[in-house]
Amino acid sequence: MSAPERIVVTGMGWITPLGHDLDTVWSRLMKGESGMAPTTHFDAKTFPTSFAAEVRELDLAKFLPDASRHASAGPNTQFALGAAAQAWKQAGFDRSPPKDPRRVGCYLGAGEGVLDFDNYVGSNLGGWDAAQNKVDGKRWIEVAMQCMDRMREIEQEPNMPLAHLAREFRIRGPAFNCLTACAASTQAIGEAFSILRRGDADVMVSGGTHTMIHPFGVTGFNRLTALSTFKGDPTKASRPFCASRDGFVMGEGSGIVILETLSHASARGATPLAEVIGYGSSADAFRITDIQPEGRGAAAAMTQSLRQAGLDPQSTRPDGRPVVDYISAHGTGTKENDSIESRAVKVVFGELARRIPMSSIKSMMGHLIAAAGAVEFITCVLSIRHGMLPPTINHHDPDPSLDLDYVPNSARKAQVDTCLSNSFGFGGQNDAVVVTRFAA
Amino acid sequence: MPRQTRRVVISGIGPITPFGLGIEPLWNGLAEGRSMLAPAPTFDSTGFPCPFVGAITRELFDVKSVVPKSYRKATKVMARDIELAVGAAHAAMASAGIVTKSHEPADGRVTIPPDRFGCHIGAGLIAAEENELTAALATAAGPDGRFSLSIWGSQGMQNLTPLWMLKYLPNMLACHVTIIHDCQGPSNTITCAEVSGILSMGESMRVIERGDADACISGGAESKVNLMGLLRQHFAGRMPKAAPGDDPAALVRPFAPDARGCPPGEGGGLLILESEECVSKRGGAALAALEGFGARQSICTDDAGIVPDADGAADAIRAALEDARADLDSIDAIVPFGTGVPELDATERRALHAVFGARAKSIPIVTITPSIGNCGAGAAAVGACVAVECLRRQMLPARLNGAGIGDLDANAAPARSAELNRMLVAFPSFGGQNGAIVLGRTP
Repeated sequence: MSAPERIVVTGMGWITPLGHDLDTVWSRLMKGESGMAPTTHFDAKTFPTSFAAEVRELDLAKFLPDASRHASAGPNTQFALGAAAQAWKQAGFDRSPPKDPRRVGCYLGAGEGVLDFDNYVGSNLGGWDAAQNKVDGKRWIEVAMQCMDRMREIEQEPNMPLAHLAREFRIRGPAFNCLTACAASTQAIGEAFSILRRGDADVMVSGGTHTMIHPFGVTGFNRLTALSTFKGDPTKASRPFCASRDGFVMGEGSGIVILETLSHASARGATPLAEVIGYGSSADAFRITDIQPEGRGAAAAMTQSLRQAGLDPQSTRPDGRPVVDYISAHGTGTKENDSIESRAVKVVFGELARRIPMSSIKSMMGHLIAAAGAVEFITCVLSIRHGMLPPTINHHDPDPSLDLDYVPNSARKAQVDTCLSNSFGFGGQNDAVVVTRFAA
Repeated sequence: MPRQTRRVVISGIGPITPFGLGIEPLWNGLAEGRSMLAPAPTFDSTGFPCPFVGAITRELFDVKSVVPKSYRKATKVMARDIELAVGAAHAAMASAGIVTKSHEPADGRVTIPPDRFGCHIGAGLIAAEENELTAALATAAGPDGRFSLSIWGSQGMQNLTPLWMLKYLPNMLACHVTIIHDCQGPSNTITCAEVSGILSMGESMRVIERGDADACISGGAESKVNLMGLLRQHFAGRMPKAAPGDDPAALVRPFAPDARGCPPGEGGGLLILESEECVSKRGGAALAALEGFGARQSICTDDAGIVPDADGAADAIRAALEDARADLDSIDAIVPFGTGVPELDATERRALHAVFGARAKSIPIVTITPSIGNCGAGAAAVGACVAVECLRRQMLPARLNGAGIGDLDANAAPARSAELNRMLVAFPSFGGQNGAIVLGRTP
């Protein structure tokens, strides 16, 4: 069997709570800045959690020649278009687009759209029959047909960002959207990598986009007690791996990468930014609310990705360094995730685990849910290119039971050649991707 | 060039449709040319321009009857879509003769090692149950009697069950199925509207080919039989106009000149995809071979950006045929989406003609939507189950309602025997993803 294609990253872009371009966001991550502030998308003052990391002042016209074509698009689509335009440009496709659109595919982990809250609530209450304790269908329909908006409802579908990207960038190759909760965009990048390796496309646009900073999103996570309810300065709320951690902070945005076969990138003279070498996917198959306590599923995804990368996690390189230089943690800041992730990393790397820095940029950017894996993947590539590791901020009261190197509070200079990026979804789907410095 | 990867077969099929759970009721219903479209049984749908839906009644399917006793409590946090997937998984395992943790085997022995069993289930946008949510919303009225976000935030939301959101995450279909059957291998949730089932099967196929799993449970399920589902289909221009007194069996007319739309149904299907050696080692039977898969994107240029162009649909079919190394002439029948939504019919018709040329009008088309409606993310998986059954029985089911169709073999016809060696299942979707699979007869 012939060797599979080597797959490289040739473009990256993101729209995040810390900014709308690679350099700005990277420098803010290096400074340990937080994107968290009181929620402005809706009046959340009385909610158990009234802060979030929001994307501010996004102007799509800065990124697209004709943003009006996407005038009806919801925020997920807008984030993805902004991020994809940056990645497309960095890959050089704005000047010289790919020759055959059928060899350009797209694999996104995009979330569901934002519900039209006021009108949806209005329809439900308009149709509510208190005496019967149920919604009267006829009355609901009457109200909903009057007040709900056609385009807003159409844009709810999670595959709509993909439809917009295809139209903007003329994508006609294999196209998928997956929604495995918080693991979605790591999964998308892993699957896009698999499609390229198999030779089914030359270029894949991949990543994720999502916001759940809306009343029902916050309601849902508050009811699950998954969100931080920190009282005080919101920038101190996200505290992964701390003893006092009390949940994650919602973020929003998109990360998009251009993945390409090395042969295609070389033929057009593109510069590889990094190389993807492994991907693993698993299911906890445990309980709907809890993670398998030994981190079985998380460990399986990491192990599978390292195996595909040809790396033995319990061995060292000739110079004595572990085979992985940095782990981008899922690191949500919930009690359960951070302990079990730490445990799973020890299962996989054994004694070497303590020597591998592992940080969570969710401490600064918040949790971008379906888009989290993509922005974390981009952070890994930037770490390799800059020789710097992003910190876990707010790490002032370390959890004594968690004894890995979480890169506390300050960015760190390091030789970074190979990174492992972890994402674990509510519901038990786990994904991991291995990315390494490109060497011809 | 010979294939360099492991051969993948389908060893079990578990459709769930308005005819009930499993392939028998579905096949019988389709063969007899019956339609299950009717006004919604659980809410008043008569205010919509089309009151008809394809619902699965409680008499035909109760999720509690298919989960192990120890898991019954979890059925309380299953949205309808999840119930459908759990039912389909149960039927698929039975069809394949696979024993999983769900069967609580006395000796603890299961057929497929859990870490070698993957799961790819396509899902749609799951709608919240209006009664449950509105009962909670109604507790957040302000002094003026109107909904108050402030009261909702401080008190109202406490009236929702803590696990409320977990009912509605699309990946909870796979979550429950993997827990019940202990599938710990690669797992994904594809959310590409109606083609989700085919895309999921394609992904399972690749996972097995490259050796990351020996078997996968794969397909999709969805219910749009609820107020929001119907409203969105209406907004998308998919629904026909119909009065409550009309004959629902005559409503959906795929590829016919007088086609006018298709109401939603609820349903889907999960299939067991397995490496050929795994099936033979365990003494199972291959119902069909999964010979090829292709996926391509359309560019949607309509005002809403949701109607796929024929180029993408045709490219997906060509990719699947190439993957299967199948000649155009070797396709004996086709299962398309076939909705009777005029613009979707036009896309599919143009794609079939572009790929098959003059032969397009003589390849029998199987149509399913007149009997059960559009099952959303479950639709393509139902199509795949029906195609497998056609190959197994060497029969084509009846077709309803087609009349005056001159360029495709899609006019109304009774069920009939047919020599079928290879079939194509090809679906476009709302939003432009297209997928196709090629299925081959097995001895």
